[in-house]
Order: sequence, then structure tokens, then C-alpha cells
Amino acid sequence: MHAPLPPSAPLLSLERITKRFGPHTAVDGVSLDLAAGEVFCLLGPSGCGKSTLLRLVAGFEAPDAGAIRLDGADLTALPPHRRPVNMMFQSYALFPHMSVAANVGYGLKGLSLSRRQAAERVENLMKLVRLEGFEARNPDKLSGGQRQRVALARALAREPKLLLLDEPLGALDRTLREETQGELRAIQRRLGTGFVVVTHDPAEAMALADRIGVIERGRLVQVGPARDLYERPANRFVAGLLGDVNLIEGRLGPDEPGGLRTVETALGPIRASGEGAAGAAVVVAVRPERLGLGGAGGLPGTLLEQTFLGDRIRSRIAMADGSVLRASAALPMTEPMPNVGAAVTVAIPADAARVLPA
Amino acid sequence: MSAFARTALGLALVFLYAPILVLVVYSFNDSKLVTVWGGFSTRWYAVLFADGPLIAAALVSLKVALLSAAIAGVLGTLAALALDRHGRFRGRGAYTGLLYAPMVMPEVITGLSLLLLFVGIGLDRGIATIVIAHATFATGFVAVVVGARLKGLDRSLEEAAADLGASPARVFFGITLPLIAPSVAAGFLLAFTLSLDDLVIASFVSGPGATTLPMRLYSQVRLGVNPEINAASTLMIATVGLVVLAASWLTARRGQGA
Repeated sequence: MHAPLPPSAPLLSLERITKRFGPHTAVDGVSLDLAAGEVFCLLGPSGCGKSTLLRLVAGFEAPDAGAIRLDGADLTALPPHRRPVNMMFQSYALFPHMSVAANVGYGLKGLSLSRRQAAERVENLMKLVRLEGFEARNPDKLSGGQRQRVALARALAREPKLLLLDEPLGALDRTLREETQGELRAIQRRLGTGFVVVTHDPAEAMALADRIGVIERGRLVQVGPARDLYERPANRFVAGLLGDVNLIEGRLGPDEPGGLRTVETALGPIRASGEGAAGAAVVVAVRPERLGLGGAGGLPGTLLEQTFLGDRIRSRIAMADGSVLRASAALPMTEPMPNVGAAVTVAIPADAARVLPA
Repeated sequence: MSAFARTALGLALVFLYAPILVLVVYSFNDSKLVTVWGGFSTRWYAVLFADGPLIAAALVSLKVALLSAAIAGVLGTLAALALDRHGRFRGRGAYTGLLYAPMVMPEVITGLSLLLLFVGIGLDRGIATIVIAHATFATGFVAVVVGARLKGLDRSLEEAAADLGASPARVFFGITLPLIAPSVAAGFLLAFTLSLDDLVIASFVSGPGATTLPMRLYSQVRLGVNPEINAASTLMIATVGLVVLAASWLTARRGQGA
């Protein structure tokens, strides 16, 4: 599919990129446009081809078909050292035989900067990533978070219009990761550099990205802001990738004015939004936090289990047909929760139910 | 370590080093008779350094070892790079085998085949032919040592340098070579000692005026062992031992870089 064009002329544009490794197609006809200054996350499980796509843009791999354009100029045939994009590596790839300052300044050679300008640029970068005073250190004498910042400064040294980041926070522990996400966004806003971030972590993609592109087995299956993807996933894969979801199988009813459709399921008819041919096998996707427990007019079920998670309570409800739905309610709650084993009703609001292809 | 393991290791070491120890001890023997201890003396070392032909042979050996190790160092490194960098190209396994085969080839065969080659192409035998011959069999050893280091080298380091605008030449000389330098040096030292030790191949391919130290010692031994030979051998053992120590130190350091 082709993602909708951002309002201004695209900074990066991928045109039907395909890359095969032997019989395996790693990237399959991906087309994508990126606006200047945008943070775009490529999200998918490991081995889905997202890193290969990044390496194609950087020039470490050559596509079997398609074209890569930056600011209208065709990059496809250029070797990596002639491409005006820079990359931050997952392993950071800091040069072990050079000091932090030499690492950060490595890309400045050949930029026709005077010695003083280059030194100034390194100094500013060290300030930007808050590593002043670490210039003479060796990279192995730094903590993981510091190494990550050196890698970022080094990749930004040539002031690229587009920075490629391969799992930039993958090697950091959880608390550091959240802090670094904020810093990364702040630096990006300040410099206005376009970011393409590869990640397998949906929370990270949602925290960082203006838009997310979900990749499934080499194909770009959906592109959009995190909220669109979460609330209106294109298929079960996207729905499940971005968070927990209840999937209820059924058959789609006829087209109706107003956009809502009725899906006949084993639980009874469910009103949901979405498209498809009448009579098609579909699933209805509902996020656990949108399921309402109790109240009149809901579907009957039995409360199986309740788990207290601090900020919310998760419940599992056995339905009449034997299937199990998951509900999640935010705390504190205004109404008391029913006891385990009690009969409950489950309400599925029409605006929370999405029709997806089965 | 258990008592059994300790004893076993001790016996193995005695088995390996007793002959060498005897040789070293007798090199300090004052007596002219090799097997009769006549008190401690360094007189044979003085005799040794006054022995013109022996010193000349030692210099030939040194020259041959340095030159052949330099050639093997360059060729072996290039071979290791080619095998490591070009992925699974057609016939990669065969090339690897061909590169390593000379390491296990009987020296008599290597020496004889090189002699036939040199005679066939009409090359005058001398120092040059020994250098070529030694470089030939040492290249494989260098390739093994350098190849092991390359396998452990993070490829993203070279990619990062290219990504930052470095040309392939700058990547090689600024990133790859410094990071594999310890293994290249270790390979060079290994080739150096192999050349210094070699008797068989050198005997085949040398010509008049090109007598290496092992050749000289061997021809003297045929006339009877004397304490001077013990002294020369002791010095050779010391040289080779030091070089091997340096090589293993360089190889052990490899983990630190990357």
C-alpha cells in the first residue's frame, strides 16, 4: 500500500523497494514518503525486514527493485559514504581505538571545515548530549547510556537531513529507556532532523513517532499516527502488535447508512464500524479497556478471574459460547467490581468495535 | 587441580622439555666432551661469536625470516580479508582449503615441488628462493591467525565509518587495519619463527652462498656434536621462545579492542 503523502514535498521517498536474500524476500514492494522533520517508526517483530529497510536507505544493501530518493535526488546507486543520511547503530559501533571526541568528530573529515570549526562542532555536540568532560575517554570506559549518547552525537555530526536509528534504545534498561526517549525527542525537535526509527517495541514507537509504519513479513501493512493504528488497525496483526485485543469471529451484515455494520457472532449481533462485503467472514476487534462490565443490554457471561495491576484491574469473562473475553478497567472505579464466579454482562460500544478481515 | 592432573601435566612437561633442558645445561659445560660435565662456563658462547661462517648463516636466516614473514604477513592478511569479506562466493570452501593445505603438507614435498618450480622457470637458487619458499608455506598460518580476528570483528564498525563519509580506503586504513593489527603482528611473528626453524625446505631450495643457521648447524652435527652447537641452539631456542611469547601476547590482547 502507499502511505498518504504528508502535506509538504517528501524528504525521503521509497518507491516499491524490494530486497531478496536468496529465496527469502526481506522487503516486499515497500513505498513510503517521509516529511522533513518527521519522526517515523518502523515497527514490527524481529526478522520482519524493518532493519533491512533501514540498511537499504543507508546504502549497506542494494535493493533488487525500486528507488530511494532524498529531497528528489536518487540515492539508489550511491555507496554509503556518498549518501547524505547517517545512521545510529543498534550496537552503537563506537570505534574502540578512538577517544569519544575522535568518534564524534570522525564524520567531519571531508566536510571542508576548518580545524576550529570542527572542534567547535564537536564541542557543541558534546554539550547537546550532555557529555562535556568525557572527550578524552575511551568508549569502553563509558556506561551504556553514555555510549548511546556518543553514538547519537557522532551520527548527528554531519548534520544530516535524515537520521536512521536502529533500535536506538534497545540496549538500555527500562528506566533509562523512558528517560532517553524524552531526550531523543527533545533533541529531534531542536534540530528538526528527520528520524527513521526501527523498533520492535510498540510502546517505544508510540512514545517517539509522529507516524508509525507497521511491517509484517517484509510488507508495509499500515501507516499512520499511533492513535489511528491503535484504534483503527488494518488487520489482526496490527491490532495485536499495538496492544491486547479481543477478537470475536463473525459474519458481516449488509451495508448500512452511517458507517456502522452488524456482525453476526456466536455471542449475538455486535455493532461495529468497518468495511467489507456483506456475508464475509470477519473478526470484531475490541480493546479490553473499551469493554464495559455490568449494565443492561450487554452480552451475558461469567467472571472467571480478576487481576489487580495497581492502576487498573484486568478481568477474564467466560462467554455463553465458551470463548473468553478480556476486560481492563482503570482504577479508581466508581462502581464495585462483581465477585469472581458472578454472572456479568459485557457491553461492546459500537465506536470501540472494529471490523477486520478474518 | 587434582594430584593426578598435576602429576600428568608434570610428566608431560618433563617429556617435552627435558631434552631442551639438557641441551641448554650442556651449552654451559666447560668440558670439550659433550656428555661429560666439566663445570660451568660460557666459553662456548665466546667460541660461537668468533665462528665467522656460523654468524654469517645466522644473518642469512634472520634476513630470510624477516623478508618471508613480511611477504607472508601481507599476502596472508589479504587472503583472510578476501575470504572473510566476500561472503559465500562460489568455491569459497575450496579456496579456504587450498590456502590451508600447505600448512599440513609434508615439508619434503613442499621443498621438492618448489625446487622443481625454481629449476623449471630458471630461477637461480639463493636467498631469494628461500624467501619465496618460506613465504609460501607461512601465508596460510598468517591467514588463519588474521581470519580468526576478522571473524570476531563487528562489521558495523566499518559500516559506521562508511556511513560517516569515509571512503573504502579510509575505512580500511583507519578502522579495519588498526583493529586487526595485533593479529597481523602475531601472524608476522609466527611466520618469522617458522622461517627461522625450517631446515627441510631451505635445504631443497637454497643455493651456493645461501646457508641458513639450521642448515649450518645440521651440517656441523654430522661431523659430531660439540658444545658450540649447544650454545647456538640455546640462543635459537631463546629467540624463538621470545617471539612466540610476543605473538601469543598479541593474540590474547585481541579481545580488548572490540
